[in-house]
Parts: sequence; structure tokens; C-alpha cells
Amino acid sequence: MPDESLHLSVVNSLLERHAGSAGALLPVLHDIQERIGYIPDAAVPEIAHALNQSQAEVRGVISFYHDFRTAPPARHILRLCRAESCQSRGAEQLAAQLRERLQLDDHGSSADGNISLRPVYCLGACACSPALELDGRVHARLSAERLDALLDACREDA
Amino acid sequence: MMPTLYLPADSLARAVGADEVSTALITQAKESNLPLELQRTSSRGLYWLEPLLEVDSPQGRLGFGPMTAADVPSVLEALQNPSSHHPLALGLVEQLPYLKTQQRLLFARAGITRPLSLDDYRAHGGFEGLKRAVELGGEQTATAVFDSGLRGRGGAAFPAGIKWRTVRGTPAAQKYIVCNADEGDSGTFADRMLMEGDPFLLIEGMAIAGLCVGATYGYIYVRSEYPDAVAVLRQAINLARQAGYLGANVGGSGLTFDMEVRVGAGAYICGEETALLDSLEGKRGYVRAKPPIPALKGLFGLPTLVHNVLTLASVPLILAKGAQFYRDYGMGRSLGTMPFQLAGNVRHGGLVERAFGLTLRELVEDYGGGTASGRPLKAAQVGGPLGAWVPPGQFDTPLDYEAFAAMGAMLGHGGVVVADDSLDMAHMARFALQFCAEESCGKCTPCRIGSTRGVEVIDRLLAAPDQSGRDEQAIILKDLCDTLQYGSLCALGGMTSYPVASALKHFPADFGLHASEAEQ
Repeated sequence: MPDESLHLSVVNSLLERHAGSAGALLPVLHDIQERIGYIPDAAVPEIAHALNQSQAEVRGVISFYHDFRTAPPARHILRLCRAESCQSRGAEQLAAQLRERLQLDDHGSSADGNISLRPVYCLGACACSPALELDGRVHARLSAERLDALLDACREDA
Repeated sequence: MMPTLYLPADSLARAVGADEVSTALITQAKESNLPLELQRTSSRGLYWLEPLLEVDSPQGRLGFGPMTAADVPSVLEALQNPSSHHPLALGLVEQLPYLKTQQRLLFARAGITRPLSLDDYRAHGGFEGLKRAVELGGEQTATAVFDSGLRGRGGAAFPAGIKWRTVRGTPAAQKYIVCNADEGDSGTFADRMLMEGDPFLLIEGMAIAGLCVGATYGYIYVRSEYPDAVAVLRQAINLARQAGYLGANVGGSGLTFDMEVRVGAGAYICGEETALLDSLEGKRGYVRAKPPIPALKGLFGLPTLVHNVLTLASVPLILAKGAQFYRDYGMGRSLGTMPFQLAGNVRHGGLVERAFGLTLRELVEDYGGGTASGRPLKAAQVGGPLGAWVPPGQFDTPLDYEAFAAMGAMLGHGGVVVADDSLDMAHMARFALQFCAEESCGKCTPCRIGSTRGVEVIDRLLAAPDQSGRDEQAIILKDLCDTLQYGSLCALGGMTSYPVASALKHFPADFGLHASEAEQ
């Protein structure tokens, strides 16, 4: 675990940027995660103090939303859409392919920190299902071969 | 002389290779020493043809699609030699039957204009609604919205004019406009298309709403799965502000209205308006009990007009062309047009904007061209994950709020997910309950506990060794659906019963049940 106190100056400068903004907690958390990669535990008291909320409230919000991470992310994040439209075009077979090839469950992360799997429910790409998002980029009209090629590319720059 | 080329910058066009096509065009033009003018526009919504390259011609824009980077040299060559015919040539895009037969009011600019060009927007009727609203004043603006018959496009279909009058008539030092852009339903992408492709339309609609009801600030709450929409909207808001359409003197009215984009964090429940308000306040997305309604006590306890993207984006046109123009479209109490979205296992997936009243069969078979797999059609889920699975026997039902409600279904946000006979409806019913369990905010018991118990009941039903065991579990499941439907605080728990009960009713064999028992 890295020394989280190193992140505090970043956290505090982001908090300053949102000072006076109403209901700022989500924007603050998004900004911290974007800059640091996750929400460090050490940031929670700082956030709570700056926004005049309790630490329990801040932790409650972090845990409620699927997007917020409390640990550093893997190098690659692959989010396969598992919603109805993609299921009707074979998303479950792609999910099985991912589990089989990476030996991970649907929420798993590889031990070497190279890739994390996350299900996502709709990327708005439903007219060209199935779809996934890899490191922020959406790929649609997926096939088993295309998925393999994307995974190969992730492995190569590991 | 090379004609101007147009290629969508829409995120789904990019997800199927539009950026690669763009790069290839630029590289190839440089190599061949061709002067290239390439505009990145919004998408027409004819997604099975994306990436769809369009080319100016004296008759109108010609289309080529679906393009790949490898097709670029031959297409450029075909353009130099107009008598040749390229295999991807589609002819005049606006004459394609899929597009020609649509009634595009809301998506009139789709595929034509550049999303962040104020000049393009104004050249195609932009800001005429705002101008008219400033001339009319608040009272008459609210009347126009009321008279148009516009109903909330997010799913609940509440008459918009009533909300506007309520917020306008509630005195407060501060009021808000909140745009619900947390479009999380599978099978829907109209909000995404509109925000990415025509952001000024939404901004104009919100500004009109702000001036009318006396709100000075607005929020667009966009789901985090739509990063392109967030980026486009933020740039568009800045451009609109610089041009005087937002700020201290909106469109020369002397009134103030400004807005910002807020990003969700992956919680489906935040598409429910009161959970969204809590989320905007920086809290967990918990559903609030109503009353008080948000129009009276909404964001930070103040009067708030909450509308879906498509509702707000319908307003500029209603003001510019008049309420009567708008209500001439549609049927019964479902007036105007609806952008239906064809998705899932369908040959021609895309956006179909038509007046209410066409049938589901016309939509799925005529526009959609049947299943993409070529296998027999099994059902279509209309209205997102909380919508019913409609069997082909009911496909002649007109797409109308009341007609769908009458058969225990709903139009919702207009998304249609098509499924072929390989999709197991017992699995989909289980998935609906599992999704509800995952996304429940936890405030009310039927949704929090019922969804988890429902998954267990389906598992027991499917594992039951004999018919009587399955029948027993089916009775429990139907009972649980009733509890969810009538006992939940909001639509998440309340309508999770729709996909479950409809799957059970129309596809009993998938559960190992006989038709007669499922009908009980």
C-alpha cells in the first residue's frame, strides 16, 4: 500500500476548488478518483471536514456508488455490458469467455494487477450490441475473436 | 474539387470504428494530394450503417456505409469518378426508407450538424424557441407547454405543463431546473444521442424552462457511463454562455439562468427523480417519499422542475412552431413524436422518431427488419429493464402510453430490446430480480428484500424435481410480484414485477410450467 498521506495535498487542492459549491461531494470524489486513481482512506476525514459532513456520511456515499474505488485500480479495466440488449446478442457467452481465459470471476482482478473485470449495465451502445468498455473506450459489435484481440492487446503492454 | 465529407463523432459510431475511418481519410487524402474537408457531425441514428460516411452532392448527401478504414481508398476513388458504383454506396441518405418515413422533430438535426457549432445550430432553427419564449413571457410559455400535450418522456408520462405551472406558481427565493440524464435503461440511447449530437437543444430547452418558472440555475445529471456526453455538454454550456444564451441576460430577456453538468457514479436508482435529487445534494441516492413533490420541495428543499432530456429538448420546437403544430402528431393522450430506440437482436438497430400510434410490429419488423440472427422472433422488451416482455401476438398494439398500460406493459423511455428464440425468459426474469437486488437503494422492504427472495424463488422453481414443486414456487413468485408492484416506494421495485410477470405469463415453458398453470 502506498503512503496515502502523499495524496493529501492533491485532495486539499481539489477540495479548495469546490469550496462553496452546493452538494459538492460527488464532484469532489470524482475529481479525487480521476487524479489519484481511487479514493484513499486518508482523504475521508479531509473531505468530511471541508464539506462539514460526518466521516460516516462520506463513507456511506463512497460505498453506495459502484463507480468509486477505495484501492488502486488495475492497469486495465474491462467493463462488459451485461444488460438485456447485450444479453440478447450473446453477452453471457462473452462473459464466460472472459472468465475462462482470465480465470477470474465477473468482478475479479488479476493477481499481477494487469486487468480488472467489472460488469456494467448499459453503455448506450444497444443498437450495436454486444458492447464493452476498455479503459474508457467503448467497443461495440463484439465477437469472440474481437474480444480475444482486445485481451491480447492488454497482455502485450503488461 | 472534392465535396465536403461528413462522418459522425457520436460515441457509438466511434465504438464501431468511425475514428479509424477518419484517420484513414485524412492520411489517404494527404497521400493522394486531395484537398479534404471532413466535418465530424452527430449521428443519424441509423446505427447498423455506422460508420456512415456522407458526401455532399447537388441532390443532397450521399451515403457510404458501414465503412471500415480499409474501404477508404476505394470510396475516395469512387468519389473522383462519379459514374462508378461502390458496393457500400447507399444513394441519397435522406431517401433511405428507414429515414424518409420518420417524423424527425426532436432529432431534426441528427447526422446533419456539428454538435458544437452554434452557427450550424442557428442555421437549422436553433434558439428560435428561446426567442419566442422571451417575447411571450412566462405565463404564455407555460400555456404553450400545457397546450402542446407534452408528457414526461422519462417513463412516467406526467403532463409537463402541469409541472411547469406548479413550479411557476410556487414562490421561492431560489428555484431549480434539473435535467435527468441518467439514462440507464438497457435498449435506450436517445438521451445519449441528443446530448452528444445536439447539446444546444437541451440547453435551449432548459433556459426556456428557467425563464418560465423563475429558476435561475439548472443541473444536468448525466450518468458516468456517458463520458462523451459530459464533455460535449460542458463545452456547449461554455459556448452558449459566451454567446449570451446563458448568464445574466439570457437571450436578451434581462433574466438570469445558468447551469452545470453533474456526473452520476454508476447507480441505476439515481434515474428515479427523488434519488437523483439526493445524489445532486451529495448524498446516497435514496428515494424520497412523495409528497412533497419535487415541484414544491425538490433540490435542497426548493421548488424544482425535474424533466428527462427528451422532455426538455421538446420545448424549443413547441415554442418555435406552436403548441398546435406539436399536438397534431400522435394519438389519444399521447401527443407529439417519440424517439423509439431499436436494440438487441435486431437487424437494423437505431433511432426511429415517429408520432405515437405506430405499432410495435411496424417498428420491429418494418424498421428493424426482424432479428439480426435470422432466428424466429421471441419477444421484445419495451421500456427498459422494468418493462414487460411483449410476445409477437401482441405486436399489433399501437405505441401509445395508454394502450401499453392496458396490457400490463409500459412505453417507458421508448427503448425496444428484441430477442430471438434462443433467449431463455426464465433466465431473463431471474436477471430482472437480480438487477433490482443489485440496484435497490434499500429504503423500502419489498424492493430491498423482495428482489433477493425473488431470485431464490426462481432458483427453487427451476431446480424443483417435479411439476407440483414448480407450481408451488410459481404461485409464490406471482405473489411476490404483487408485493413488489403494490408495496414498493418507487418504480424500481414496483415495476421489476413487469419483466418477471410477463415472462411467466407468456413463456411458461421456459420455467418448465404448463400454460394453464402460468395463467392462473
